[in-house]
Amino acid sequence: MELLIFYPLAGLCIIFALGVIINNSPVNSAMSLIGMMLGLAGIFVLQQAHFIAILQIIIYAGAIMVLFMFVIMLLNLKGKGEDEQWQSRDKNMLLNVLAGLLVTGVLYKIIDTINSGDFTSPALPPDTFGTVREVGTILFTEFVLPFEVASILLLVAMIGAVVLAKSKVD
Amino acid sequence: MVPLTHYLFLSATLFVIGVAGVLVKRNAIVVFMSIEIMLNAVNISLIAFDRYLNLHDGQIFSFMVMCVAAAEVSVGLAIIISLFRNKPTTNLDDFNIMKS
Repeated sequence: MELLIFYPLAGLCIIFALGVIINNSPVNSAMSLIGMMLGLAGIFVLQQAHFIAILQIIIYAGAIMVLFMFVIMLLNLKGKGEDEQWQSRDKNMLLNVLAGLLVTGVLYKIIDTINSGDFTSPALPPDTFGTVREVGTILFTEFVLPFEVASILLLVAMIGAVVLAKSKVD
Repeated sequence: MVPLTHYLFLSATLFVIGVAGVLVKRNAIVVFMSIEIMLNAVNISLIAFDRYLNLHDGQIFSFMVMCVAAAEVSVGLAIIISLFRNKPTTNLDDFNIMKS
């Protein structure tokens, strides 16, 4: 039963993720990315991570993608000069072949590791697993220091964005 | 119940798509989107292992990953805007001012 929900969601995620890198226009890429985020939120719900699923929708599909759209509209990008972007950058054939072989080897190793792992007997989590109450309790007791450090990180990012994007007022 | 392997394969596929985007695309904003795809792919495997092991650590960690992604996007887009002010393009191949 869960597989019936999982396969369409996973297919949707992969199709939208491919759409991000296949589309030539940045606006279409951003729309594809929103679709992928929503599909991932569905997958998180399927794994009983309700809190993370809601955060995925609020933070990614809401805040981050609005920021992306805002910058795309601000810079007025219309996909100009993007016609040749699938052309390879480096003309060195030997280097390209070596890089391709390396990536193939790494992928083979990943698939081999996943396939040979012993993932047979998962302990079934309780019904309250992954609710806001459960995750919040752990976040504010066991992981309170990383939580505070994350708030400092966000503050630094905010100040950094303001300083970087500010026009020069020398 | 979906086996853990399925989630890991989904995660690996999305990560590879993100890497391909970073390597192939030339628009700086789309490269940032590809980095977001990679971060999300990692989140999938964190949450899959977290449910498999019946712990909450993976969810906390993916929460931190989201914080880092938000910080990275805000600073990165500010950098793109200030680069755009110097040179009106987002094509990454045009930015070689640090080269010599």
